[in-house]
Amino acid sequence: MVRLDLTRYPWALSILRNRWPQFLLRAVTLAGFVFTILTGLFGSVVGSHNFAIIFVWIAWWTALKLFFIPFGGRSWCSICPIPMPGEWLQNGGILMPRGKGFGLNKRWPKALRGSWLQAGGFLLIGLFGALTLTSASVTAFVLLFIIVLAFVLSLVFERRSFCNYLCPIGGFTGLYAQAGPVEVRVKDAEVCASHAEKTCYTACPWGQFPLALKSSANCGLCMECLRVCPSDNIAVNLRPWGSDLGPKTKHRLDEAFLGLIMLASVLVDSAVFLGPWGQIKSAAYAIGSTPWFIFAGVFLFAALVILPGLYAGAVKLSMLMGSSRTTLRKSLAKYSQVLVPLGLMAWIAFTISFAFAKFSYVLPVISDPLGWGWNLIGYSNSAWVGQSTSISLLLQVVMLAVGLAWSSRVALRVSGTHRQALPLVTFSGIFSFSMLWLLIG
Amino acid sequence: MKLPLPISNLITFFLQWIWLFVFVLSGLLILIAPLPQSSRTPQKRLIRIEASSFQFTPGQIHINPNDEVTVELVSMDVVHGLSLDGYDFELKADPGQTVSATFVADKAGVFRFRCSVACGNLHPFMIGKLQIGPNQLIIRGIALLILSIVTAFYSVRQIPQLQTRLA
Ligand code: SF4
Ligand code: SF4
Ligand SMILES: [Cu+2]
Repeated sequence: MVRLDLTRYPWALSILRNRWPQFLLRAVTLAGFVFTILTGLFGSVVGSHNFAIIFVWIAWWTALKLFFIPFGGRSWCSICPIPMPGEWLQNGGILMPRGKGFGLNKRWPKALRGSWLQAGGFLLIGLFGALTLTSASVTAFVLLFIIVLAFVLSLVFERRSFCNYLCPIGGFTGLYAQAGPVEVRVKDAEVCASHAEKTCYTACPWGQFPLALKSSANCGLCMECLRVCPSDNIAVNLRPWGSDLGPKTKHRLDEAFLGLIMLASVLVDSAVFLGPWGQIKSAAYAIGSTPWFIFAGVFLFAALVILPGLYAGAVKLSMLMGSSRTTLRKSLAKYSQVLVPLGLMAWIAFTISFAFAKFSYVLPVISDPLGWGWNLIGYSNSAWVGQSTSISLLLQVVMLAVGLAWSSRVALRVSGTHRQALPLVTFSGIFSFSMLWLLIG
Repeated sequence: MKLPLPISNLITFFLQWIWLFVFVLSGLLILIAPLPQSSRTPQKRLIRIEASSFQFTPGQIHINPNDEVTVELVSMDVVHGLSLDGYDFELKADPGQTVSATFVADKAGVFRFRCSVACGNLHPFMIGKLQIGPNQLIIRGIALLILSIVTAFYSVRQIPQLQTRLA
């Protein structure tokens, strides 16, 4: 397959290898993170006038799904502020390679590995989403909790255990980064084979061994391996979209679970935030009340029973149609790849609908971040209601169609025969039609 | 990768990706092809919408193109507004008050209407739906999704190396 190795260009190589450019970006995001927490705690209680709400849920969440993931895979994780303080302590300095710092360096318990906990975290976000999404102080507390948790865990466990196994955003980006167009790989496997020290593995904050990388899901694009390899054997490739998806890559059962949780979440979020059903919104918001328990029950039922049931049924059916003998577990894992483009494009369609209408809020909150009546850049009163235009509606339809075509292609490519792909294509079709109805209906 | 210079390579390359070209073209066709318009005679309508935190009742309204619509907005609790996507139409009602205005529904499609006065935490999501005539976009969407599936089957059939790799 076609690859364009960025490290072939001296200027790109020096930007990637030098620790300063990345540090500066991370410093900016960390400052933004702290500022967001402060505005969330002390700013206006009117969500649409508070920097924290608009920046986290409109600007950043949109940028992640429309820019960072589709054009850079896990690129957000390379500049994410959340693991920074802990990592600096672990490394004993700001511009240092891994090791030599504080921390107990324990291994993460085996039983808690994989993306199960990340999927659980994402479910929790969904269950309490209507409150977090609209209350600045709750958003601030969530951010504060996350950064403290990441810090504490980095003192106890080795490397980026929080990122690898807990961060819900990490689960989201990791899953969909497999479809993204950037990857870190070794240039020449022979060179690695004859290098006994494996400096890159020792240096990798994510615990990856670049030679063994088959998928970009767990590589945080931090470039540490590139910096320490004595033979300049690490490549940073631009590649065709969806390169990690196909008959030759390995996938785990927890990827299927994560993928299904994401599908359920985007369906529920579309119904709650974009639908015309006031009762669902109030139920999702009134945490602890009876309507909320009903909402939570329906959400969990969809995420843990209906979608997994349909998916498992489709996989089972496709196994029955084929002749090769594999276990259900293996097939569930293999077909999880179908859920990647399907979910990614659905999230993009949702984001277009959700954010385009609300983007008019961004300039006013930069102008008056705390909602205290400031007017820093003269845009404080430019907010308007926002609307979805016919272009944005068309784009949503196109994104859903691309997602269905793409996931069907993946299903066909990983199946032995076309007939075997049919149940999975049907599953993708049902999901896409539901999204279409929720967004356009 | 070296560029596939020999002509036969170029042809294979073209054949491999022609499905994408066909997909995009027929997709565009589906999205812009004219569909028959509804021919109902326009009528005058009075629609009363109750706004309460955080919903409009009724939340979904269906009318015909070119109807002359008078919207009566009643606020049941705090100040609410109603602003209609795609139209330059906005109303604001104080608590307990009724306001009304009239417009001609000369654009067909499904339009969201939203509360335009910050009325509480869920305000940005206080949304209703006004459908004017048939929902053409969803019909096009359904056709496009079916086309996506057909294209997928066609495109994978078109890649011979894959077939051998899988065999
Ligand atoms: S996994 Fe989460 S905390 Fe870690 S870098 Fe990515 S987004 Fe940040
Ligand atoms: S493989 Fe390299 S770029 Fe990827 S996480 Fe590890 S050190 Fe960072
Ligand atoms: Cu309102």
